[in-house]
Amino acid sequence: VYSLPSKKLVVLQIRSPFIKNKYRPFCQTLLSWVKNSKCARVVLLSSSHAYQRDDEQLLGTPLRYLLTPDLEKAVGGLMQELNWKEMEKVAAYPGINDTEKVLHIPGGGITKLLFTESCSEGIQMAVLLKFCSEGDNIPDAFALVNYLNEWLQLIKSDVNISTQWKMPSSWRLLFGNGLPPALF
Amino acid sequence: MATFFGEVVVAPSRAGVDDEESAEEAREETPEDREIRRELEKKREIDVLWALKSGASAESSADEPFVCSRFIVAIGHNAAAFLSSFILDSVCWEVVGVVKLWNEWCRTSNTTNVLPTDSFCLFYRLISDPTVLLCQCSCYVAEDQQFQWLEKVFGCMRKESLQVTILSTCPVADYKTQESTLTLPSPFLKALKTKEFKEQVCCPLLEQPNIVRDLPAA
Repeated sequence: VYSLPSKKLVVLQIRSPFIKNKYRPFCQTLLSWVKNSKCARVVLLSSSHAYQRDDEQLLGTPLRYLLTPDLEKAVGGLMQELNWKEMEKVAAYPGINDTEKVLHIPGGGITKLLFTESCSEGIQMAVLLKFCSEGDNIPDAFALVNYLNEWLQLIKSDVNISTQWKMPSSWRLLFGNGLPPALF
Repeated sequence: MATFFGEVVVAPSRAGVDDEESAEEAREETPEDREIRRELEKKREIDVLWALKSGASAESSADEPFVCSRFIVAIGHNAAAFLSSFILDSVCWEVVGVVKLWNEWCRTSNTTNVLPTDSFCLFYRLISDPTVLLCQCSCYVAEDQQFQWLEKVFGCMRKESLQVTILSTCPVADYKTQESTLTLPSPFLKALKTKEFKEQVCCPLLEQPNIVRDLPAA
């Protein structure tokens, strides 16, 4: 957990997978804490499998957002101004019945659960997600944080915004050590 | 995801929850499922048994927390063997506790007369200074058991002025460095310390992006 008191910001970074059957209690505990600590808003940064996009989603921006009804009242207009795209609902029974639509975030882990629970618990939550593929997700991370910055203006969005973000040292050597010279 | 040999493997989801797992969970849990899950959870519980007063043995929860000034924990076969070879002997040290646990990878042996190849978790006390405690943990403590292990072990001791030292090993091949590990002289020591630790550390600190995992990390 990281905090920036000057911006009244708390960041929770989930760095490991969940123990089997424990992700639901985790979500419940987390949302309980959000309510008890009187947290004003929650922003969930997430992603979804790029390969699950439909034909329309293959075009245009790979970034999407979702707002719980309570947050929609507060900032829905701003999202329109920013020209952001809301995450599309998909048919519950594709091919059989195309009228019933549900929210589906494949590869999003606990995103959908947290979002639907927040909707019913009256929590102001926004989900910001990017369609991505397996592989080097560093560019995806930059795209997502720049997307967040369009809204929250955490740093001034100059021309060369990417150079203003600090790369974490845990990103070093992500794809292995140096090679032994003897190889060549 | 393709590996170096060309076969396709399913990578564990970095989202933390596999889509299959969440679909499985969405199905209603029958009373039989619940019973099975409860039994499994009971089986995975950890028992910490102390014999702090000579001859007597008691459940950890019943006793008052005992005073501990130094607690040295050796995790894994190598670290446990180090303690066996260089520190422990039957003259200066006495066995004062044992952890009993079971998981898919190991079951701790029931005896305190253990072989180096056994899976065990024993506590020893320095006879000349009973506030010095040693733990040899050569059994694997699963992810869902680690927190319980910590609660039950540390729950029994007074933590004021307690200094904890954790010894463990990692394969050199897992060490992340700019150079290749092929020519790196090994073995070598690296350390991590909390900000409360004020003494000199005997070796360089572990550099980013290396991490520690499992029970030592917990």
